Amino acid sequence: MLQVITFYALATVTVLSAFFVVAARNPVRSVMWLILAFFSAAGLFVLLGAEFLAMLLIVVYVGAVAVLFLFVVMMLDVDFTELKQGFLSYLPFGGLVAVVLVAELIMVGNAWVDANVVATNSATATPEGLSNVEALGMLLYDDYAYFFQTAGLVLLVAMIGAIVLTLQHKPHVKRQNIAEQVGRDRKTAVTMHDVKSGEGLGE
Amino acid sequence: MTEIGLSHYLAVAAILFTIGVFGIFVNRKNVIILLMSVELLLLAVNINLVAFSSFLGDLAGQVFAMFVLTVAAAEAAVGLAILVVFFRNRGDISVEGVNLMKG
Repeated sequence: MLQVITFYALATVTVLSAFFVVAARNPVRSVMWLILAFFSAAGLFVLLGAEFLAMLLIVVYVGAVAVLFLFVVMMLDVDFTELKQGFLSYLPFGGLVAVVLVAELIMVGNAWVDANVVATNSATATPEGLSNVEALGMLLYDDYAYFFQTAGLVLLVAMIGAIVLTLQHKPHVKRQNIAEQVGRDRKTAVTMHDVKSGEGLGE
Repeated sequence: MTEIGLSHYLAVAAILFTIGVFGIFVNRKNVIILLMSVELLLLAVNINLVAFSSFLGDLAGQVFAMFVLTVAAAEAAVGLAILVVFFRNRGDISVEGVNLMKG
């Protein structure tokens, strides 16, 4: 019973906060609603027995992605009232598509559940006696090791791409040139002067 | 109603996905909300993957949900970087002005 109540509470909060992400007037509030949606979705994951993914959702989405959104929203000096223009003019068509889409998706889901497909050839059955994290780790580092590394590569490319896109070279800012610094040797850096006593360097 | 089955989770994911699509339709002026809608779409996909994985007893779904998570993070980073560059060039973040950025 408690499970049912928890499911409905989490599902309601997820859907409502997702709606407010789209409908909120202020993007900062949108980000806050997004964080709430991710948290409730993480709760749903826990109910499903996917604890590791739930924690990952909070760490990656709330800790990184949502904060990144928040940074950008606060960094950009945008007139937010102007941004909501056109909301109402697109509302009827968007609403129509949304209603059709949700009806179709739920219908397909229910039909699939009704057909009662049993996974006879499960690729990787959940092993007995292992926690979710252990089982997932075994699977990830054994069967999906190459995919795991490719995922790391995707992240690396994304990081380099983001840096390359946003890096600015301002001409009047002095920068450190490491190669020039390291390339100095004794001949170019030090000169010997024979200074007569009592006259100083002159110049 | 008394027992939560797969179809309940599928319904939640379907509604979430629809809200994401709806957000893309409706918020044409604000790329930030557009990117957030894409995140909602990916979250709905993740809920589907995890629900199927849990009810069919196949862990591969959770691994795939993890990869979707990775791609979502990468997509958010690059998307926001593009958004920052776009804002620097144009001074606003309306999608309708993107086609002016030629050459």
